[in-house]
Formats: sequence, structure tokens, C-alpha cells
Amino acid sequence: MLRLVKRENIDKGTNIRIRLLFLFFSFIAISIFLLILNYNPIEVFRGMLSGAFNTSYRIKQTIITAIPLIITSIGISIAFKMKYWNIGGEGQILIGAFGAALIALNFPDMYKPLLLTVMFITAVILGGFWAVISGILKVYFNTNETIITLMLNYIALKFITYLQYGPWKDKKAMGFPKIPNFSDNAILPSIGGIHIGLIIALIIVVIGYLFMKHSKMGYEITVLGESKNTARYAGIRINKTILTAVFLSGALCGLTGFIQSSAVSQTLSIEVAGGVGYTAIIIAWLSNLSEPLMLLVSILFAALLQGSSYIQTAAGIPKSVALILQAFILFFILGSELFVKYKIAANERRAA
Amino acid sequence: MDMVSFLSATVVAGTPLLYATLGEILTEKSGNLNLGVEGMMLIGAVAGFISAYTTGSPLFSIGMAMIAGAAGALVYTFLTVSLRANQVVTGLTLTIFGTGLSSFLGQKYVGQVVPDNVKNFFKPLNIPVLSNIPFLGKILFSHDILVYLSIIIAIALGIYLYRTSVGLNLRAVGENPSSADAASININLYKYINLMLGGAICGLGGAYLSLVYVPTWQENITSGRGWIAVALVIFASWNPYKAIIASYLFGGLDIIGFRLENAVISKYFLDMLPYLGTIVALTVFSAKKSRKNSPPKHLGLPYFREER
Repeated sequence: MLRLVKRENIDKGTNIRIRLLFLFFSFIAISIFLLILNYNPIEVFRGMLSGAFNTSYRIKQTIITAIPLIITSIGISIAFKMKYWNIGGEGQILIGAFGAALIALNFPDMYKPLLLTVMFITAVILGGFWAVISGILKVYFNTNETIITLMLNYIALKFITYLQYGPWKDKKAMGFPKIPNFSDNAILPSIGGIHIGLIIALIIVVIGYLFMKHSKMGYEITVLGESKNTARYAGIRINKTILTAVFLSGALCGLTGFIQSSAVSQTLSIEVAGGVGYTAIIIAWLSNLSEPLMLLVSILFAALLQGSSYIQTAAGIPKSVALILQAFILFFILGSELFVKYKIAANERRAA
Repeated sequence: MDMVSFLSATVVAGTPLLYATLGEILTEKSGNLNLGVEGMMLIGAVAGFISAYTTGSPLFSIGMAMIAGAAGALVYTFLTVSLRANQVVTGLTLTIFGTGLSSFLGQKYVGQVVPDNVKNFFKPLNIPVLSNIPFLGKILFSHDILVYLSIIIAIALGIYLYRTSVGLNLRAVGENPSSADAASININLYKYINLMLGGAICGLGGAYLSLVYVPTWQENITSGRGWIAVALVIFASWNPYKAIIASYLFGGLDIIGFRLENAVISKYFLDMLPYLGTIVALTVFSAKKSRKNSPPKHLGLPYFREER
């Protein structure tokens, strides 16, 4: 009979080898899936690669797509490290973007650096606030944060829809339901065709890494994620740690909202989050919550997204194929975890 | 506003929630927290719709929806039970997968309507005698067969869980798998069968939306109902009978927006009600702790025989 034996110590090489093997399996599975649906997988992959990287314009677009993924996945990973399942990134991005728009639309003529700073601060605070609602309910009423953060996504979406179709509707847009564009002062500058959100994202990767690995707070979050009891014995103030971490988690999503509304859509709209909050969950988990890996995986996923919207126009393949690919990859990586922690051995027969 | 027709519409709006809640109750009673309800509903909804559109057979469509939901649950069960993957993340991934797959397969059908003979099959049926009861007859006994089926499933699930020895074994698996294992209950077999049954019921809930409730294909047709169902399991305290009441209550919140169209409050705020209601109810129910309302003890935890 076969049985599982816990690996004594998991060396990094084996870990990476097993994961890469499963990643390879996931691509085989995706290919079979595409074949069943009558698409040529090689053409699909080639189309996606060329859509993401073929020209310098496309590479820039891929990088711009990666920016919100990087920041949001790092934000979400702060909560995930505590085993706090914040799946409300989408709503926190929307509320952050709302905060940025609130300032941008009311003070269009403010001095540019000041205006951007105030937008930034408002977005970050509101994003954090939106996340911390679930934290407060968790700490004081023991509610399930997964459901609450998700419900808050829908509420945020309805709220922005209300603004877009109601009081904030652009009167000059001839009845088209959109919110007026931001003034030039409220738009993040670009360098070489890429807005400076990229620099912010890279800074966040470094700060996020230092915060989780080298700060007291980051250490406390990690301990709390390992075991609540250990954290209690170590004298960590559990509620305070949860609330702070959840706030930070949402604040980074709010930052994404600021960057996307200011630099990309240049206004607030219901599409400003565009599924980033959900994709970031997958990125965070695939990267094993490691900041440098999240940077790498975000770029790969940005390529996946860019590539799939390219093949939608070029080959008429619905771009939701990207979601299916993401889910396939994650299914396989989830399945690989058992083989990272355990090895399969045959039951040794004892000599009679 | 006509109260009787409002309450009758509430039952219809609550039915997809009821299916999903019942499916998740069965899943959680087996000790697994499957956050893929939304995904399984979407897979069921798209499978049911495409089957109905291409074959025009209502029973085949329902069957396909259930098979699709069960297939989604099979992936989840294989990963979480056989490979002991993290249940939360696996469930989330199933939801993402279902969202992608339903949007991918459904793209050709956006805006298409369910064929007439399928529609006719699901039109409201009056039950002799019962439908003539004043007030209640109109509210409870003048619906399509899937509404009745959902109530039958709720009662059957209650009998299964509380009155049969297999149901007792299942609850043991969810509460204390090592004892169940020691009593030579085949844990994995129980989990596979019941989780897949749960998935099939969730798929049926999705098909109710695409075949009866809407009945046009639109993207993301569930719009969060799968998640509301996960919360409803908690309000119903894992009890299938209470699930009926909880689902209808939220069905009411779902349609109150249409009914108060001319009211002072904006439609978009009324649309928030089911989600806000979920938050409020979940908070109240989570704060109130009692033995009777507590989840299965081994909910969400993998079972490692080797580490027993």
C-alpha cells in the first residue's frame, strides 16, 4: 500500500522542482481543455505571447497592467499572512479610487504635487477603512471575513454605479453615464510611456519585503498567522495586530485605486478595479506570499491578461480564457502542496 | 404594493438561494467549507442554459446543470480531500474558474432567451386544493416545479441528516473524523459523494437563474448569490428547514428594489440591500454563540489519517 510520509526538511530545490513540474502539468491540462473546445493550444499560447511582448508598445502595456497587480497582491498578502482571507481587494480599490476622485473633482486647480498627495492620502485611508470594517466585525463579533469583504465589494460597486449614473454624472457627456475626467493636475506623470505608478509599485515591493521580514509588526503578523495561541503567549496584542494589518492590506488596495483612477482611466468608473482584486488573490497565493515572487508573477499574469485581450481581437477567443488559465494554474499549484510537504512511500513490510 | 404578489415573488427570488444554501449545508456537514458555491452555480447556470438552447429539453438541461455543478465539486473534493489542499483557497479558485468558464462558454449566448418549450415547462403550476387556500395558496403553491423541488430537497436533506444512519455517519465525519474513521466509516467516500451531491444542488440553483428566473443568458448571472448562500448557511445554523425561511427572507431583500422603484431612495441603494442584509445578519448570528448554532467541529480542516 502507498502512504504519505512527511518530509523531514523541505529543501528549496525540491520545492521549486515540484512546483515547476505541476506548473508544466497545468499547461498540459489547459492544452487539453483548449483542444476540447476546438482551439489549437499552441496558436493560443503563441498569440498570447505576441500580444503581451511583441512590440515595445505591447511590453509597456503589459507593464502598466502589472502595476495594480503588484501593489494589490502585496496588500492582500499582508492579510493572508495572518490567514485572514481578505478577498475584498476589488471593493477596496473602488473605494480608494472614489477617495481620489472626491479630491480630484472638487479641487481640480490645486497645485499638482499637493493635489496628488492629498488624493493619495485620501485613497489610502478610505481603502484601509473599507477593509477594516471586516476587521472590526471579525475582532468584536467573530464574523467570517471572507463573506464580509466580498459583500463590501458588491456594496462598493453599487455605490460607484450610483455616483456614475446619478449625482456625479458628466453633464457634458450627452447623457452617456460617465463621471467627468480629472483635470491635468490630478493625473500622475509618465516617464517614457509608463506612468510613475511603476516606481511606486517597486517601492512598495521593497517596503513590503522589509516590513514583513524585518519589522516587529511584520513578525507579529507572521506569528499570528502561524498560531493564535503562540501569539497570545508571546504577548502580541492580537486585536490590535489584526486591525492594523487589515487596514494596511486595504490601504494598499486603496493606493491601487488612486493609481488606476489617476493614471489609467483618468476618472472614476465602475471598471476601475476590473478584476484586479481577484487576480491579486491568485498571484499572492501562487507566490507563496513572497514579495519578490509577487513582482515576478504579477508581470507574468499581466502578460496573460494582455495576451488574452489580444487574442480576443485577433482570433476571436473570448478573453475570459485568462480567468480559466489562472484557475487551472492555481488548481495545480494547490495540488502540488501535498507533494512538497509529503512524499509517497510504499509501506515497508516488517520481517516476520 | 400588493402584499400577496410580493410575497409570492419573494419565494421565487429565494429559490436559487435555497438551492445553493442546501448544497452548501450538505457540503459543510461533511466537514468541508467550499467557497466555490458561486462558481458551481455559474457552471450549472451556463451548462443548463446551453443545453436548453441547443436541445430544448428541460429535463436534460437540469441534468446537465447538476452534472456540471457536481463536476466542479469533484475538482474541489479531489484537491481538498485527496490532496489536502487549503479549502479556502481551493474554493476561491473554483469560483474564479466558474466565473471564467461561464463567461467563456456563454459569450455566444449573451442576450439569448430560453426556448419557449423550456419556458413553458417551468411555468407556474397550481397544486389542486392547496393553491385555493386563501393568501397562502398564492404565495406558496402557485409556482414552477423547481420551486417545489427545492422544498422537497430541503425536507429530504433534513430527513437524511437527522433521521438516517447514513446521515448520522456523515455528521460524524464532519464533527470528528478520527472517531468516524475508528468506527470504520469510509471518510473519503462519504466526502466525495456528499460534496458532489452538494455541488449538483448548487448547479441546479444556478440553472434556476438562467432557465427560470431571468431566463436570458447574461454574464455573471449569479451576481453574488453564491456568496450570500455561504452566509445563509450560518443564519440557518446548518439546518435545512431553517434554510427555507432564511432564503425567502433574502429573496425578499433581493426584489424589494424593483418593488420600490418609485421610492425616494435611489435604486442603487436598494440594490445594496441583500449584501448589507448579509453583513448585518452574519454579524448578529456570529456574535450569538450557542452549542446548537455552532458549525461542524472539523469544518474547514483537512483530515490526516497519518497524523492521528
